[in-house]
Amino acid sequence: MDTPNGYWMPPAASTVAQSVDDLYFVIFWLCVVFFFIVTGGVVYFAYKYRRKHPDQLATQQIGHNTLLEATWTIIPAILVIWIFVLGFRVYMDLIVAPGDSLEYQVTAKQWAWDFRDPDGCSVPGELHVPAGRPVKLTMRSDDVIHSFYIADFRVKQDVLPGRYSSVWFQADKPGTHNIQCTEYCGTSHSNMFAKVVVHTPEEFANRAQTFCKVTVGKEHGEKLYNNQCAACHTIDGNRLVGPSFKGIWGREGKMSDGSKVIVDENYIVESIRIPTAKVVEGYPPAMPAFPTLTNDDIASIIEYMKTLK
Amino acid sequence: MNDHAAHAHDDAHDVPFLEDGKGWKSWLFTLDHKRIGVMYLWSVLIAFAAGGVFALLLRLELMAPGKQYIEADTYNRFFTLHGAIMVFLFIIPAIPSAMGNFVLPLMLGAKDVAFPRLNLLSFWIYGIGSIMALSSIVFGGVETGWTFYTPYSTNTSGAVVMMTLSVFVLGFSSILTGLNFIVTIHKMRAPGMSFFRMPLFVWATYATSILQVMATPVLGITLLLLVAERTLGIGIFDPALGGDPVLYQHFFWFYSHPAVYIMILPGMGVISEIITVFSRKTIFGYRAIAYSSLGIAIISFLVWGHHMFLSGQSAYAGMVFSFLTFLVAIPSAIKVFNWTATLYKGSISFDAPMMWTLSFMVLFTIGGLTGLFLGALGVDVHLHDTYFVVAHFHYVMMGGTVIAFYAGLHYWWPKMFGVMYREGPAKFSAIIVFIGFNATFFTQFVLGTRGMPRRYYNYLDQYQPLHQFSTFGSWIIGLGFIVMTVNLLASFKQKVKAPANPWGARTLEWSIPSPPITHNFHKTPVVTEGPYDFPVEGQAASGAEGKHA
Amino acid sequence: MNTGIVRRQHAHHFATADQEFSASKLGMWLFLVTEVLLFGGLFVGYAYGKSVYPEMWHEASKHLDWKLGALNTLFLITSSFTMVMAVNAAQRNKAGEMNGKMVGYLIATIALAGCFLVVKYFEYSHKFHDGMLPGIYYTYSGVQNANAHYFFGLYFLMTGLHGFHVVVGMILLGWVLVRATKGHFYSEYYTPVEVGGLYWHLVDLIWIYLFPLLYLVG
Ligand code: HEA
Ligand code: HEA
Ligand code: HEC
Ligand code: CUA
Ligand SMILES: [Cu+2]
Repeated sequence: MDTPNGYWMPPAASTVAQSVDDLYFVIFWLCVVFFFIVTGGVVYFAYKYRRKHPDQLATQQIGHNTLLEATWTIIPAILVIWIFVLGFRVYMDLIVAPGDSLEYQVTAKQWAWDFRDPDGCSVPGELHVPAGRPVKLTMRSDDVIHSFYIADFRVKQDVLPGRYSSVWFQADKPGTHNIQCTEYCGTSHSNMFAKVVVHTPEEFANRAQTFCKVTVGKEHGEKLYNNQCAACHTIDGNRLVGPSFKGIWGREGKMSDGSKVIVDENYIVESIRIPTAKVVEGYPPAMPAFPTLTNDDIASIIEYMKTLK
Repeated sequence: MNDHAAHAHDDAHDVPFLEDGKGWKSWLFTLDHKRIGVMYLWSVLIAFAAGGVFALLLRLELMAPGKQYIEADTYNRFFTLHGAIMVFLFIIPAIPSAMGNFVLPLMLGAKDVAFPRLNLLSFWIYGIGSIMALSSIVFGGVETGWTFYTPYSTNTSGAVVMMTLSVFVLGFSSILTGLNFIVTIHKMRAPGMSFFRMPLFVWATYATSILQVMATPVLGITLLLLVAERTLGIGIFDPALGGDPVLYQHFFWFYSHPAVYIMILPGMGVISEIITVFSRKTIFGYRAIAYSSLGIAIISFLVWGHHMFLSGQSAYAGMVFSFLTFLVAIPSAIKVFNWTATLYKGSISFDAPMMWTLSFMVLFTIGGLTGLFLGALGVDVHLHDTYFVVAHFHYVMMGGTVIAFYAGLHYWWPKMFGVMYREGPAKFSAIIVFIGFNATFFTQFVLGTRGMPRRYYNYLDQYQPLHQFSTFGSWIIGLGFIVMTVNLLASFKQKVKAPANPWGARTLEWSIPSPPITHNFHKTPVVTEGPYDFPVEGQAASGAEGKHA
Repeated sequence: MNTGIVRRQHAHHFATADQEFSASKLGMWLFLVTEVLLFGGLFVGYAYGKSVYPEMWHEASKHLDWKLGALNTLFLITSSFTMVMAVNAAQRNKAGEMNGKMVGYLIATIALAGCFLVVKYFEYSHKFHDGMLPGIYYTYSGVQNANAHYFFGLYFLMTGLHGFHVVVGMILLGWVLVRATKGHFYSEYYTPVEVGGLYWHLVDLIWIYLFPLLYLVG
């Protein structure tokens, strides 16, 4: 298992954890220094200049001192700007997922997490990932706002209804860590636990035999496409009622209002849920909404679309 | 043109304001700013006790993981009520409305605030709002957290509409008080009271009032939209209806971040008064402190996004908000350094108000410095919505504002009620609260750093020892406040008459008898020197009378 | 005092009548700031909706009757003018007299506000009849767009809040009118007329923004 990172911090079990902790301790020591400057000054002066008899007055009245005041404005200003820069750099590492990440789908609802790996495999309440590979979770909520938090990895991200958000991490050692919900979501907010299990790459590769059964994924998406979308969208590049799905993932499209859109999860969900929100240029606003498709169904369709190169 | 002859009834008002009229009507329909201040004072004290009882109940449930004595839903209602009562019923009106009402006109040498009727109206509105807030307990309770995030708050059952309307109403009261104070400060100063001769408490109240007037309407409209959303389903904040829940968060924090400075600035003003008087020193850097209040007021409108780093706002927005958050820390740093420097070469006594003030210095510094962790993007990802945040805001709100409030209460108590309390128990309670406070909340920094999320009814076993320790600490705080309350109330029985100026202060409220007469000043004072012109050793002490022509 | 003319005594906590007048004016200006910010929130909601659903916005806005809106704009602008004239008359009035001009202009202002509300009533009842109601009560099918309820929700909130301000303004000016008929206002004391007028101009100003934003974007 992971070594605890001192008394303060939970174990540092992801590649970014150490840099977060380092920054934490930079700020920590800076604060300790300033805390002792201030309280040290207060305690020392309070003792040294304590009133010894009731009529004692101050020995000197000092209205201000420009040099001193400039010093204690400028030094903290420089220091906080420095912390700001450090904080921003760590943050960018935390939010920009490497290009070769394994892509997972995560759904939060009151009060459970649902995780699907790239093959559509899911284990209730458990997120299974390989060690040594970056993992990117694309998350959405079915009801209210939740937040995905793994303390040992130092990652956290709100999970919103009606919109995708994402988080990534890479764990280098096998082990088990807690996932907690950190946005208040009602009665069982504090019981919205889950576990992340980090496997060796071999264990992970064999998961279809051991702990994983396939339920939803691109196969499911293909079925849905044939049933519901093929009437208007082809996969061979030809135009029917709507644009073809060939190469749709990541393509840049022009909308009738002149704006440009890159096809991603949010856009596709919007196209299906609120088809009139953005209409592709040169097409009529003829696409119906599909209220019967579940979020899982849409995720499967998206997985399927990604294969249509 | 104007008839300046004394009104016939004026002489009748030459009695101490406490004796000018008997019975509840003479209070509830008074236009006297001092009586209104006193009524506010009792109201916010009751609110604090109520909020504190909820806090103790919360801590009791957190003694151990799992159910101790209440269900999860009850726990959720408790922390919502605790937060809402403490914020909207207690801390926002506490210093401005209770103490500000009482001392602000006195400090300016005015007979009253500019609009006494509006002032009374503001108190009435506060009363109605408070009753509405408490009545939400009967109408099904509220369990949304004090932030009322959508879409949870639009979908959950309970008395959310009642609670949000009550906060809306309370907001009105806050706006009216702020408006009244701004006009009072601009128009009602005594002759010779230039802006830079105003006590720093007045400056702080001025900055606070600007925030109240400019931020609270936005909260008002946000809550109206929330109510419209719940009752009519307008859909602006609901993704299912085409809206955006994050928009709600922007609206809410656009008010609620400035609101945290509405909470702390008056407290800082109180500290500036007390620290000079009990060191017999002029304040170090008067202008820096005055301007930094305004600086805080302005920048605080631009940092609301630091509550939303993980809400899905863009990295660019996060960067800007983080940067501005660090900037807004600088004016607070300036104040802290100035207070410390004020002690230098003073003649420092340790009366009760000063004990609370020194406690403030330590606790606010910790609270403010931990804000830096949260402002740093990379670290906030780990700490957001954990007990680290809970500890941060209790250090600034409770360790900062509440402690400053009690410092001010002990400072102005003789002026308000004309009696002295006993010094020993007062000091003792300050020390006990200081100890209990650190035991309760320093622990929570550790909890949060180790990954304990907030608003949790149940938690992992590994956090139990720290939670338990924190609960014990909360009992010590409770004990300290009981000692303090009993001691203050006992002063009414002991009836030790307070002199006009027990502390040797030089601001105008101490130049008149304790308690003041209804019209404050027999003759409008003429101000000839600054508020902190204390003499030095070897120089003849010019008494407070020297101030007035 | 013994001439029988009522000269107003400034409230005792003010040193002079000038101080009282300028304090009242500053107070009203601050209050107007809060009003602007209150509506500001709704304008942000408007900007958000328009940027996310531009077509729907365009479509839905066409279902508002711009002619009625323009008529109402005319009413309010005229009422602002009559209000200015009322203040002007008050400034010239002599102590203790009822000024017929001032009273007349105040009546005109209130009457124009009444006209505004009557037109608004017809607009609303027409919308209600067609089912263009806010939020979940929206049943109209004339706009070929999901989320049109959003536009109408905001329409009712914005014009509703504004209409509420018009009603408050009428009450306020009504009170000023009653006092004016009693001859309370004259060249040295006309604070309520002035302050009431400031409020009324703001109500007018907000409408001047609402009108193009709601009726003319279509
Ligand atoms: C009185 C109220 C008050 C005050 C004064 C402050 C002051 C500050 N706050 Fe705090 N804050 C809250 C009340 C307050 N806060 C509340 C209620 C919440 C949570 C709300 C909720 O979610 O429920 C919160 C949450 C909160 C967050 C969001 C955390 C999260 O949810 O993830 C952040 C992030 O930036 C933050 C930062 C700061 C900063 C930088 C200051 C600064 O202004 C502090 C400045 C002070 C100092 C810096 C100390 C003194 C200076 C020195 C000793 C000199 C040395 C200084 C330097 C080197 C700079 N606060
Ligand atoms: C001014 C603001 C303020 C103050 C003073 C306090 C004071 C205290 N708070 Fe509060 N707290 C908040 C504002 C405040 N809090 C807010 C905004 C939240 C967030 C809510 C949310 O998440 O939505 C919160 C949340 C919060 C939590 C987190 C709950 C959770 O996330 O699950 C906890 C847990 O420990 C806590 C504890 C305490 C304690 C022990 C005190 C103690 O310091 C209280 C001490 C007071 C007393 C003990 C009472 C005093 C007694 C008298 C005056 C006695 C005399 C009277 C009689 C005998 C009749 N608070
Ligand atoms: C009745 C015809 C019809 C059906 C059935 C239909 N669509 Fe469409 N779709 C359209 C039309 C027309 C457009 C182009 C106009 C627009 O963007 O709204 C479109 C556009 C889209 C787009 C945007 C394409 C781009 O290039 O930007 C996506 C994504 C999409 N549809 C997904 C689906 C999915 C998934 C299904 C099945 C579940 C489906 N559609 C079923 C008619 C249809
Ligand atoms: Cu899900 Cu909290
Ligand atoms: Cu903030």
